[in-house]
Amino acid sequence: MKQFGRFAALRGVTAEFSAGKLYVILGDNGAGKTTLLRTMAGLAHSTRGKITVLGSENIQASRAQIGYMAHPSLLYDEMSGMENLRYFAKLYRIPAGEVDRRCREAILSVKLDPDLERPVGQYSQGMRQRMSLARALVNDPELLLLDEPFSNVDARSAAEMAGLVAHARDRGKTVFVVTHQAAQLELYADEFIWMESGRIVNRTSALQGAKG
Amino acid sequence: MNFLTVTRATLAKDIRLEWRSKDAINAMLFFSLLVVVIFSFAFDPTAEESRRIAGGLVWVAFLFAAIVALNQTWARELRNQVLDAYRVSPAPAIPLFLAKAVGNFIFVAALEALMTPLFIAFYRLRPLGPGWQLIPIAILGTWALVVNGTFFAAMSLRTRAREIMLPLLLFPLSIPALLGMVNSTTAILTGETSPAFWIALLVAYDVVFTTACLLLFETVLEAE
Amino acid sequence: MKRGFTILAVLTALLLSFSLYAALVLAPTEQTMGNVQRIFYYHVPSAWVAFQLFLINFVASVIYMIRRSTKADIVALVTAEVGVVFCTVVLITGPIWARPVWGIWWTWDLRLTLTLVLWLIYVSYLVLRRFSSSSQTPLLAAVLAIFGALDVPLVYFSIWFFRTQHPAPVIGGGGSLDPRMGWVLVSNWIAFMALAWLICWTRYQLEVAQRAVHEAEAMQSLMEGAR
Repeated sequence: MKQFGRFAALRGVTAEFSAGKLYVILGDNGAGKTTLLRTMAGLAHSTRGKITVLGSENIQASRAQIGYMAHPSLLYDEMSGMENLRYFAKLYRIPAGEVDRRCREAILSVKLDPDLERPVGQYSQGMRQRMSLARALVNDPELLLLDEPFSNVDARSAAEMAGLVAHARDRGKTVFVVTHQAAQLELYADEFIWMESGRIVNRTSALQGAKG
Repeated sequence: MNFLTVTRATLAKDIRLEWRSKDAINAMLFFSLLVVVIFSFAFDPTAEESRRIAGGLVWVAFLFAAIVALNQTWARELRNQVLDAYRVSPAPAIPLFLAKAVGNFIFVAALEALMTPLFIAFYRLRPLGPGWQLIPIAILGTWALVVNGTFFAAMSLRTRAREIMLPLLLFPLSIPALLGMVNSTTAILTGETSPAFWIALLVAYDVVFTTACLLLFETVLEAE
Repeated sequence: MKRGFTILAVLTALLLSFSLYAALVLAPTEQTMGNVQRIFYYHVPSAWVAFQLFLINFVASVIYMIRRSTKADIVALVTAEVGVVFCTVVLITGPIWARPVWGIWWTWDLRLTLTLVLWLIYVSYLVLRRFSSSSQTPLLAAVLAIFGALDVPLVYFSIWFFRTQHPAPVIGGGGSLDPRMGWVLVSNWIAFMALAWLICWTRYQLEVAQRAVHEAEAMQSLMEGAR
């Protein structure tokens, strides 16, 4: 069991997470779920306290192993899927010869067509979410942080996304998913984490666990 | 090695995106044209007088065109929060800054290249001093505006009235550079004094602030 | 601490009263300008105090960048605010003096121009603080203060050279100062420093209290969010 993270919040909550599991983070709006995820991604900084990710307190060192996805697509609307991913691949120091192959793999893994030249801005919402996930996967990260991957997506696409997320966990990745639609991941999740007012109030292994 | 790759890739990406949204470029070009025309209506001097004030007019016109261009710099990165994708990657902050600054420089230089012949025509300008020196002055002056402009445009991302914050932060600090640009240009146009001091000032300004921007950009980028 | 404050307040009141008397009555009348020149005893010390405050702001900003100390941040904020006030005094007394004496409202005098640019930089500093939506406002402000400090020598040299090309009346006179005027100047300077210290101290306490209130409110809303 590899010790993965220790989150000490302003509210004095400490938590640890293990590798290779799928965690679902739930809670009402304003509970702090997004802040927690962004802090893990190194996008937000805690005012007080510290966080250890992938064995290091310096998140900059672990960035190559982190994949982040949020409700905005984090993609350039005017470029195609492959163009987007090729650019991001270069940010991850993927060697030039490998770039195309890795990008195609990532896009195929989310069941999209790599040769589609249409700019991402013209995709349907479901396709855009999947391309955003492909971007998060392009560097084959150990840690996946997904913020509301199922929002504004039809039920079938959501179910497909859930399957992709579980598949990532099965391949050995550690996955954190923040969502309001926990039902999609009910079958796959290893643990449900309930948050309220900026702290973690409960951790259960089944969705039926009571809140707080 | 990776540093240059990222800078080049980001610059290429920006140029490609700028090219695909040609409306923005055309609007900017037309705006620059308008600025020159308005100035020409507002200040209609004789050829003799024009040599004295043209330096000031031209650079103020460039300044306004640059501000509009600079405000656009980071706008693209805000859509879909795509800036987060860069921040979350291991790529360091400096290549991003350099790519944006160089991109801005190219764009503002293009605007200046459009506006200059118009100014020459409207004001019947003919330099009495060594005209070739206007080229290094233009490069140094434009870089002075662009390097700090890119930096403060990034800082403005973290504020409320984003578009007014950029000129508000940029103008006071640019005063020495502005003096340098205007006075050196006037010196060349009138041929009466030497622009040497002002060019040296511009060089000093560029060195000092390019260094400061490179050192402090990461702080601004991460200040969510 | 309260006692120290009271002592300072009383001392400031005494110093200001004495210095005012010295400026208006004790100091000799200037031979060419007459009594209007007495505004000099407000114009110059205000400038000195403003520059001192901005220097403290710069040091505090650097300390904040290195140590992220809240105290340094509050000192930076306070000195910027009070510095702008004293700067404004310089910019207003300058024209008031220049008009009757030289017949002009403004001149690109080195000191006056430098003061104007510093005023502009620090007003933009205060605007940044007010308009920032980042949680790291103190850091952004510190960065701006450092940029401002880097700019100052460049401003100085550019105006200095500009003035050698375009000579203009120098407010405050370039030549030597009558020693009887000198000590009045220094006395006012000390009085203004005491006043500045007093105001900064007050503002500091106010800011500390304000931040404590904000933090308590934030915690409160976090708790209430649950219900």
